[in-house]
Amino acid sequence: MWAFIHKLGSPKWFYGISAKLQPWFWAAAVLLLVTGSLWGLAFAPADYQQGNSFRIIYVHVPAAFLAQSIFISMAVSGLVFMVWKIKVADMAAAVMAPLGAAMTFVALFSGAVWGVPTWGTWWMWDARLTSMLILLFLYLGVIALRGAFTSRDSASRAASVLAMVGVINIPIIKYSVDWWYTLHQPASFTLTSRPTMPTEMWLPLVIMVLGFYSFFIALTLMRTRSEILRRESSKRWVQDLVNGRVVNAQAEETR
Amino acid sequence: MQETGLQETGLHSSSDSSLNGSDSVMDAPSVPLLEHQGGLMIAVKATLVRDLTLLLRRRGEVLNPLVFFALVITLFPIAISPDPELLATIAPGLLWVAALLAALLSLDSLFRSDYDDGSLEQLLLAPQPLAALSVAKVAVHWLLTGLPLALMAPLLGIMLALPAGSYAVLALSLALGTASLSLIGAIGAALTVGLARGGVLLSLLVLPLYIPVLIFGAGAVQAAILGDGVSAHLAILGALLAASLMLAPWAIAASLRISING
Amino acid sequence: MAFASFSEFLAMGGHAPYVWSAWGVTALLLIATVWHARVEQRQLLNGIKRRARRANSLRGNAQ
Repeated sequence: MWAFIHKLGSPKWFYGISAKLQPWFWAAAVLLLVTGSLWGLAFAPADYQQGNSFRIIYVHVPAAFLAQSIFISMAVSGLVFMVWKIKVADMAAAVMAPLGAAMTFVALFSGAVWGVPTWGTWWMWDARLTSMLILLFLYLGVIALRGAFTSRDSASRAASVLAMVGVINIPIIKYSVDWWYTLHQPASFTLTSRPTMPTEMWLPLVIMVLGFYSFFIALTLMRTRSEILRRESSKRWVQDLVNGRVVNAQAEETR
Repeated sequence: MQETGLQETGLHSSSDSSLNGSDSVMDAPSVPLLEHQGGLMIAVKATLVRDLTLLLRRRGEVLNPLVFFALVITLFPIAISPDPELLATIAPGLLWVAALLAALLSLDSLFRSDYDDGSLEQLLLAPQPLAALSVAKVAVHWLLTGLPLALMAPLLGIMLALPAGSYAVLALSLALGTASLSLIGAIGAALTVGLARGGVLLSLLVLPLYIPVLIFGAGAVQAAILGDGVSAHLAILGALLAASLMLAPWAIAASLRISING
Repeated sequence: MAFASFSEFLAMGGHAPYVWSAWGVTALLLIATVWHARVEQRQLLNGIKRRARRANSLRGNAQ
């Protein structure tokens, strides 16, 4: 177990294994997203209440799921980094934050756009949208804090602490915002929660959610590899790996 | 080691010798033999006394948040309307938001002077757990910021035509809530103390985390106005305080270590 | 198929601006992140290669 964790922690090993895993996740992401999009946009039946504007659910809900999951995985990576000093975990956390912020933005934007045909307004202080907005601020805080430090190690540890503090607070914020919303406006009509959803409606949603998750994993693997190159660019193994071809090519040219 | 550090900083910042009385208090903890039995309590007490003394010598820093609080509350009737009925409906929220911002304003200096003069490093080197010592520092911050804000709020409530019967709840909810705010805010203050321009970043980090306290604090006052029971709100505020009292000290200690060593 | 024709599909039953803008922004963002990640990776690899080539040529000149 420990040996495995430390092996996972070695950037070199991670660089190799992620190269093998990455194509599978990209393929799954493309396949699932294309299937889900076609199904959701063209084949799923229109909602009896909201008509075709209901199709926004297929981007809104997966983005919202991912936004929350990315924050949690960022905090878990931060914990792993703080406890076991595994640098790869911090590199992953560093590349997750912008994607999480982007997903939160997508969820907010699609929610706002969805609000126009549903509520007749671009913005409503709906519980779900409000907690998404707060989540966006939490993401921006983590990103800003990481950028504010000049020393990379301090930046990593500070961002890890903040991500962990944030992840403890997210459920508290979520429940208090829900409570606040029901107090001020008896929940008449929320965007996504509905009593019954026929199979042909939720199945594409499941596919889209899985597609978004595959996309997240694939992109995180890819960008973590870049982050490894950036931070370890002076290491011998990186230079050997990258320059293997260059050195050979030069040798051939001179021959 | 730590005791000398405390004494030195105490002496450095004492410009007037009229406060000689505090020196005897500062001497009290420098009994190294007692460290094994009661070291923690002695250190916590020493930190409390030291921070209180230092802050009381810089009265402007204690008064500024209160003046800010009053000023912000003055701005709203000017910007919105002097109509008492309108003001009364928004008063709970205004008072809470203004108090929250005033508490936030004072956070930046929580560890700043200790960081600049090096006594924060002494605190880190102390054999006592840093979490306990930072709780002492936060307690002083609350005592000189949160509590005065809570006591002052009813006065500003009169100016905003806050309906009768909610004044006690306002003060109580603010007293409970600002304690949580100080604890949560101290995490942000500890994270940004090493940064040259940490002030704006601090508010960006801390404000989203303040939202639950704000919801239940302002909710308590609103419930009091409507005549609903406020015990549930106050109980949740208390629960938030208990949770932050349990978790925040560790985060503050970890953040201080990062700021000092980085 | 929930739509009778392609133009009906595009019209989305009168909700076209909402559905297509939400989907469009999402698609754009996903594509942009992938594009950014690719550019980033290529730049990093090129940077390392360039530095190695320079080090190589310096070594060559010295000999």
